[in-house]
Amino acid sequence: MFLYNLTLQKATGIVTAINGNFSGGSKQEIVVGRGKVLDLVCPDDSGKLQTLVSVEIFGAIRSLAQFRFTGSKKDYIVVGSDSGRIVILEYNKLTNSFDKIHQETFGKSGCRRIVPGQYLAVDPKGRAVMVGACEKQKLVYVMNRDTAARLTISSPLEAHKSHTITYSICGVDCGFDNPIFAAIEMDYSDSDQDSTGLSAAEAQKHLTFYELDLGLNHVSRKWSEPIDNGANMLITVPGGGDGPSGVLVCAENFVIYKNQGHPDVRALIPRREDLPAERGVIMVSVARHKSLSFILVQSEYGDIFKVTLEHGNEGVTELKIKYFDTIPVTCSMCVLKPGYLFAASEFGDHALYQFQSTGDEPDAESSSTTMMELETEEGFQPVFFKPRRLKNLIRVDQVQSLMPIMDMKVYNIFEEETPQIFSLCGQGPRSSLRILRPGLGISEMATSPLPGVPNGVWTIKKNVNDEFDAYIVVSFASATLVLSIGETVEEVSDSGFLDTAASLAVSLIGDDSLMQVHPSGIRHIREDGRINEWRTPGKKTITKVGYNRLQAVIALSGGELIYFEVDMTGQLMEVEKHEMPGDVACLDIAPVPEGRRRSRFLAVGSYDNTIRILSLDPDDCFQVLSLQSVFSPPESLLFLEIQASTGGEDGADHPASLFLNAGLQNGVLFRTVVDMVTGQLSDSRSRFLGLRAPKLFPVNVRGRHAMLCLSSRSWLGYMYQGNFFLTPLTCGILEFAATFSSDNCAEGIVAVAAEALKVFTIDKLGETFHQTVFPLRYTPRKFVLQPKRKLLVMIESDQRAFKAEELEAAQNECFHALQDDNGNLHMEEVSENSELSDEQYGYPKAEVKNWVSCIRVLDPRTGETMSCLELEDNEAALSICIVNFNDKDYGTLLAVGTAKSLQFLPKRSFDAAYIHIYRFVDGGKLELLHKTQVDGVPLALSHFQGRLLAGIGNVLRLYDLGKKRLLRKCENKLFPSTIISLHCYRDRIYVGDIQESFHYCKYRRDENQLYIFADDFYPRWLTASQHVDFDTMAGADKFGNVFFVRLPQDVSDEIEEDPTGGKIKWEQCKLNGAPNKVEEIVQFHVGDVVSSLQKASLTPGGVECILYGTVMGSLGAFLPFSSRDDVDFFSHLEMHMRQEHPPLCGRDHMAYRSAYFPVKDVIDGDLCEQFPTLPMDLQKKIAEDLERSPAEILKKLEEIRNKII
Amino acid sequence: MDIKASDRFNINSQLEHLQAKYVGTGHADLNRFEWAVNIQRDSYASYVGHYPMLAYFAIAENESIGRERYNFMQKMLLPCGLPPEREDD
Repeated sequence: MFLYNLTLQKATGIVTAINGNFSGGSKQEIVVGRGKVLDLVCPDDSGKLQTLVSVEIFGAIRSLAQFRFTGSKKDYIVVGSDSGRIVILEYNKLTNSFDKIHQETFGKSGCRRIVPGQYLAVDPKGRAVMVGACEKQKLVYVMNRDTAARLTISSPLEAHKSHTITYSICGVDCGFDNPIFAAIEMDYSDSDQDSTGLSAAEAQKHLTFYELDLGLNHVSRKWSEPIDNGANMLITVPGGGDGPSGVLVCAENFVIYKNQGHPDVRALIPRREDLPAERGVIMVSVARHKSLSFILVQSEYGDIFKVTLEHGNEGVTELKIKYFDTIPVTCSMCVLKPGYLFAASEFGDHALYQFQSTGDEPDAESSSTTMMELETEEGFQPVFFKPRRLKNLIRVDQVQSLMPIMDMKVYNIFEEETPQIFSLCGQGPRSSLRILRPGLGISEMATSPLPGVPNGVWTIKKNVNDEFDAYIVVSFASATLVLSIGETVEEVSDSGFLDTAASLAVSLIGDDSLMQVHPSGIRHIREDGRINEWRTPGKKTITKVGYNRLQAVIALSGGELIYFEVDMTGQLMEVEKHEMPGDVACLDIAPVPEGRRRSRFLAVGSYDNTIRILSLDPDDCFQVLSLQSVFSPPESLLFLEIQASTGGEDGADHPASLFLNAGLQNGVLFRTVVDMVTGQLSDSRSRFLGLRAPKLFPVNVRGRHAMLCLSSRSWLGYMYQGNFFLTPLTCGILEFAATFSSDNCAEGIVAVAAEALKVFTIDKLGETFHQTVFPLRYTPRKFVLQPKRKLLVMIESDQRAFKAEELEAAQNECFHALQDDNGNLHMEEVSENSELSDEQYGYPKAEVKNWVSCIRVLDPRTGETMSCLELEDNEAALSICIVNFNDKDYGTLLAVGTAKSLQFLPKRSFDAAYIHIYRFVDGGKLELLHKTQVDGVPLALSHFQGRLLAGIGNVLRLYDLGKKRLLRKCENKLFPSTIISLHCYRDRIYVGDIQESFHYCKYRRDENQLYIFADDFYPRWLTASQHVDFDTMAGADKFGNVFFVRLPQDVSDEIEEDPTGGKIKWEQCKLNGAPNKVEEIVQFHVGDVVSSLQKASLTPGGVECILYGTVMGSLGAFLPFSSRDDVDFFSHLEMHMRQEHPPLCGRDHMAYRSAYFPVKDVIDGDLCEQFPTLPMDLQKKIAEDLERSPAEILKKLEEIRNKII
Repeated sequence: MDIKASDRFNINSQLEHLQAKYVGTGHADLNRFEWAVNIQRDSYASYVGHYPMLAYFAIAENESIGRERYNFMQKMLLPCGLPPEREDD
């Protein structure tokens, strides 16, 4: 079996983000590292974040830094990754890509303890970069410019120190003196030797300054001083002329200012009122901008503090920490120039905030003071505060993120053409159920009902230079309605259009006149209001029309074509006639090329299943240039010019090409390339779009030509980052559509849906899935489908959290306290605070043993929670399944495995564990039938032959339903550690162990015995599993690998044929292993922890593939290849891509995909899909080696993608 | 390379060189504790380096990723508790 790996949704979570002027303009951009993807993001004029470029780098991005030379206007990007190399990138605005400037190898690849890449620090003046490892190694590279102003990089200078752990590094701003880097370090050599524990207790973190002597080209330890042992982060303090220089050390509960020869200035971090006393506060992210005179730091609870330093001639005199605002915990924050704050959330959606104020007002809100004031008090008395609503920030945009995907299943609950992906996402209060549908989301701006069923809609400008449309014209069976677009959209009758007949086409023709084609003629309305009418000869009627800005062709009943052209004076003149062999099914004229008077190509579709390209040149008018036969009569034709672009947004430097698109009656969209000179058709591709013949409409998307295809689903064909995408839109069935542009909607679409007119816009291009989000209360763990009523039953649980009632009680108490103290004075504040959304502020932290959990029944159609059962006494729901016992009294039951006061550290322990059995009553409610105590944590439950199979710790047990409790029927205690997944098929049970991969078991009913007959060679730490077929399982491990294991055919047959079921052999197993071993047939490193696997087909009638969802919020698929030829083709393409296009950040592709186990039988589609981003000559070279043309390769890539989604 | 010519190239000195250069390279007299400490430090460094894994732990423990990273780095000091008493002293 060969598989094709394709990422459907790139990671949505963020590891780290930096901001700067990467394109060199005045605009600020953000570079976002998403694990294995590097993105450039930029807020547009309306404050919406747009992704300009997104590159898969086939490595792990661990740190990012930006630097610029003095006097330069452009920032470079330094990437710290797992490649054992330092990589310096530059954003190239022209080609819209990242260019690799330098790549220097310094160590082994992989995320290792002593190989640098974990930390990056730059000199604020851009003269040097330090790259550090967790332990020992730190390297300094000196950056310089050569005579041509190109960036040069020195060989590395070592700043190593053995037996030393590094916690953080940063550059120290010391103007143009020698660059200095600061590091938090701890020497562990003594504590490793001393068994008394004395030296371990005395082990001290040090702040060390490393000075790079630019003259001597040498790095030396300049200064080292002990600091607080809770130190975890360093922040550069502006120096030179802008500030006091030095660093801020963020430690647990403290922020300390330190500099060489300067006394420490220390301040306590204010604490939340509800924070338990034993918990500390550490800072996790920082935002600083030159234009801001202060530094923003965020704590692990989400509170942002403003840190200000007061300094004079004697250095820093005061350090202030003031509560600023609270936003969800971030991994990185970036302050952008026009007053934006980009917050890259650790989990859940990211956001863009705008500063309302800088928190300068001297209100009584918790502001912590300097050491001097602290000393007057007894001990360290922190300042307390209560999180409040956003005061200084306001949210302007949100970027959806699936991170982390906890569970994912594919069902077609809504009975749509394609199934929906149900995914449980997020953590704690930011949890959600997200329903993903392949396609782009639309945002509807207006809907208005129409008096009848329309048969066409158009929008027109009055003049070719107008920015906005003037009219919307809607045609009905025997009338035409004209709506003028202004402040409001209203009907007008003075437009000059004939309103007593249906319209076949309405358009701007020439520079400033309008054309209306109706069945009995053409009305040409000049700018000054003169109307010229052309009437059809005899009793013939116009059936079809094709037009562009200067030309029009009509087809009369019987098959006669008449060609009109706008002449120099603006008159619409009849030019030529032509008789076609039969009725014309559809017509289209290619758009007029820039600077020409006419387009040469007319496409005519006929009912004899052909499409002809005719010439419109005066010398060979109506000459057939080429002919294409198709499977079914064409219904609609559209020429689409895909523009050559050497820059701007979609980057790739393709030559302009003209595509002819045809919607066929059998629902297929047929696309072929039209030769711009000869009109020859070549390179055809087809795709099934829906059950109705697709109608094609030209639209504009981001200023580029795009195509809307309306079948039983609506599709948008558009260019995005160099690739052509044909993506469904998540809107209902549309009949007709046209572009729409007015002053409050620059790039919209007006469409007819049944008897209504809809105006909508398409927001996020490049998105594969459209999300519908329903918020949940706690971290969701698993869910199942209740088959009868199609409800989702999910379990949510959180450690270290308070129950909703407890929180409410605490809040009420607080409310009363305030009332008692202050009477009515603070009522406003109280009501304000009680409405704080947990989503924004997080739940308060409780003790480790505290658990909250609930079982929720949710109707996915409405998002309504039918019932939500909160568990009591720190009981946490951990596993769930639907079970039908042989005893038919109760019907479908729900089994939930729970544990009380579960703790993972130092060892897994719990007070009690249970299996609950619930009954569904009144449809959505749950009623507890009984609760059975078990002796281990039940992490896996499954229905099996009318009984309940449970993985309880390392015991596999079969239960039957009793009146008061579950009854043990059979068990097997031979599993190595903990059972976390169960899959059943016939009498086989596929057991997933938390650290020992799969075990294949058999249940013998006659002997009532469970036994293991096969297991895996490798210890694999399973995180997800999926049953593929009778002998095959797919699994994913904690380290980011996906693998398939299969029981060899002969072994499988032997076991099935053996009357004892392999039992005798089983009894002879050796070394505690099973007698048979499964074989690894597929192996692949995804590079992200896969949290769920699912076998499904996302296209109607498509092949089933294995979908995977990951912790970083990405979705991908493994598609099995159906032919050997395809395997050969793609493996060769992959090989060439590996050679010609090594990954951006220096990791070897093959090594990355084989990071833990050698990659086996998987072709990486993500690499193959980078083919269109290669320069044209390289594309040609690879294509030649593959004995194909670049276009054929693109077609292949498109085809295989279409098979998956 | 002539191995006999110089002691510098014998297997022991090569090993010593490796041990100095690559932290965690084992030797014949490595005891159980030292071995475990190395494994643990390597593991923590790997958890900190692989962000998805850090996130995975953070979800399990309901802590922020920043706190989880801090905890792992703190644990690198004495990953396996105090060293056993030396027999030879």
